[in-house]
Amino acid sequence: MLGEGIIQGLVETARNFFGSYVETDRLTTVQYPEERLPLPEASRVFPFLLYDGSDPEAGLRCVACQICEKECPPRCIHIEKSKDKKPDFVGKQQFYPAVFDIDVSVCMSCQICVEVCPFDAIRMDDEFELSTTDRFGGLHWTKEQLSRPNEYYRTIHPTEAAETDERRVKELVDARAKAATAAAAAAAKAAQAPATGDTGNGATAPAQTGTVTSK
Amino acid sequence: MNAPSAADQIFVILKHWLVGHTPAPLQTLVSIVISVATIIAVFGGLFALTTVFERKGLGRIQNRYGPNRVGPFGVFQPLADAVKSLTKEDVVPRSADHVVHYLAPLVLVGIVFLTYAVLPVGRNMTAVNLDTGVLFFFAVGTGTELAIFMAGWSSHNKYSLLGAMRAIAQMISYEIPLILASIAVIMTAGTLSTVAIVERQARYSGTLAHWYVFTPWGLAGFILFMIAATAETNRSPFDLPEGESEIIAGYFIEYSGFKFALFFLAEYLEMFAVSGLGITLFLGGWSAPFSFLTWVPSWFWFFAKLLTLIFAFIWIRGTVPRLRMDQLMNFAWKFMLPMTLIVILSAGIWRFLTPAVVGPKPLGAVIRWLVCALVILAPYIALARTLGGNRKIEKRTYRFAED
Repeated sequence: MLGEGIIQGLVETARNFFGSYVETDRLTTVQYPEERLPLPEASRVFPFLLYDGSDPEAGLRCVACQICEKECPPRCIHIEKSKDKKPDFVGKQQFYPAVFDIDVSVCMSCQICVEVCPFDAIRMDDEFELSTTDRFGGLHWTKEQLSRPNEYYRTIHPTEAAETDERRVKELVDARAKAATAAAAAAAKAAQAPATGDTGNGATAPAQTGTVTSK
Repeated sequence: MNAPSAADQIFVILKHWLVGHTPAPLQTLVSIVISVATIIAVFGGLFALTTVFERKGLGRIQNRYGPNRVGPFGVFQPLADAVKSLTKEDVVPRSADHVVHYLAPLVLVGIVFLTYAVLPVGRNMTAVNLDTGVLFFFAVGTGTELAIFMAGWSSHNKYSLLGAMRAIAQMISYEIPLILASIAVIMTAGTLSTVAIVERQARYSGTLAHWYVFTPWGLAGFILFMIAATAETNRSPFDLPEGESEIIAGYFIEYSGFKFALFFLAEYLEMFAVSGLGITLFLGGWSAPFSFLTWVPSWFWFFAKLLTLIFAFIWIRGTVPRLRMDQLMNFAWKFMLPMTLIVILSAGIWRFLTPAVVGPKPLGAVIRWLVCALVILAPYIALARTLGGNRKIEKRTYRFAED
């Protein structure tokens, strides 16, 4: 009969209308600023720089190798290498970034900087509320604004952070073992040194091993 | 009929009191200004209320909350909307006809407000009691088509012109069933005056009022009238002139800021006006449905009925998808037009099946009702059959694109 379908439709919409007041599970909308869904662990928005320990200057993992700057597709990273060096986590002397800026408005969240970083220094943050009232300075983040401690990384991406930490511990152990064998070799060499009369290496080797083991 | 109470006449008394305090030569002018200002304020306010009701209602129909950010439960949303539309840039296309483009929304709103002049919103609460009230309503209401075409033509835009052409085709087509449906009432009431039509319906036999909607032809006529009214006000499912998915916004695509808001306002005011006329013609205007409810003020009844119809409009909008242009025209000319003519026939039969013909009250009334209902139902079923009501829907088969 003509009009039957419309009556059925009206009944259906009326059921939805009144049902939404009775059954709360009909309303699936999350009232965003007050309610939030937990983010998936793999969510990524914008990169940040990792540092070990409590001092973002001393513990910054970045060695200013500039690979991420070169690989960044929209070229939103700007790095200036330092003139001097500082020791990294295994004690090796490395450059550090004097300037490390990322433009929030240009970044496309592709994670390529993270993929290419050989030093586990840059990772993706899941912070997505990046709006600002200053569209120039407020969207241009400097090294200080980008630095986050490793503990923060562990809270937002636990699986990934555990994997990175494990690898870095292994690297550290390997580096120490290598340093120890080098020291042993140097010591053995030093033992022979008085016989050969070569004292140059013998003077520096103990000092080097000393820094590694003290870490 | 009992003498109207003070609560019923409170606004009339208030107006007389205000007019009485002005010097005699100005009294007519003040009286007019008060009436006009009240209509603009009340129905403008109702527009603000309806926008938030509509958005909340549609939201609930779709299992959403609707606006709930501004004020408690989002009731101050219209204020935010007003601020937004007032602070927006008013863009006029370079190639537009500036004068006509500027005038179109003003003409539209002005014309729509004119139609309120003859609506009886309560006992003794009609701005102008014209002897030709219904005729005036339709004659002035036709002017909205002119304003819409002004908007569509002056914008110098393909979409707005398409929207305007669709609007004209649709509004002219549906004006015919709209007027024919009201002719049945005019015939029965024997008057074109809206005030007199309401007074004819504000009588009671037993407890039930003499509303025309309680007769078979009145019920069918009311439904047809409201369908035609939906099309006339360009509301879903007849919103082809502004189909968002096809022609973006139709005739007001090139309007922004407050002019856009004026079109919006006019559209809603048109809906209230035509609903008001439907109430006047079929739902007994300001009269109570039962004689024991006559103590409730008359203006309350009018606005209660108006809000009910507005809710029905929102409900329909949340239910029925938009028609296609050919479906729209077929519906108007092949279904609405014959059905309204049959309603007129049924009203005529109703008029002549007096107790002298069909016999005394209880049985005679039933016979009268059944005969008139049959006169409408039989053609309805026949029309439904021929217009593809029994069309079979089969699974579509593809000859060349089998998977």
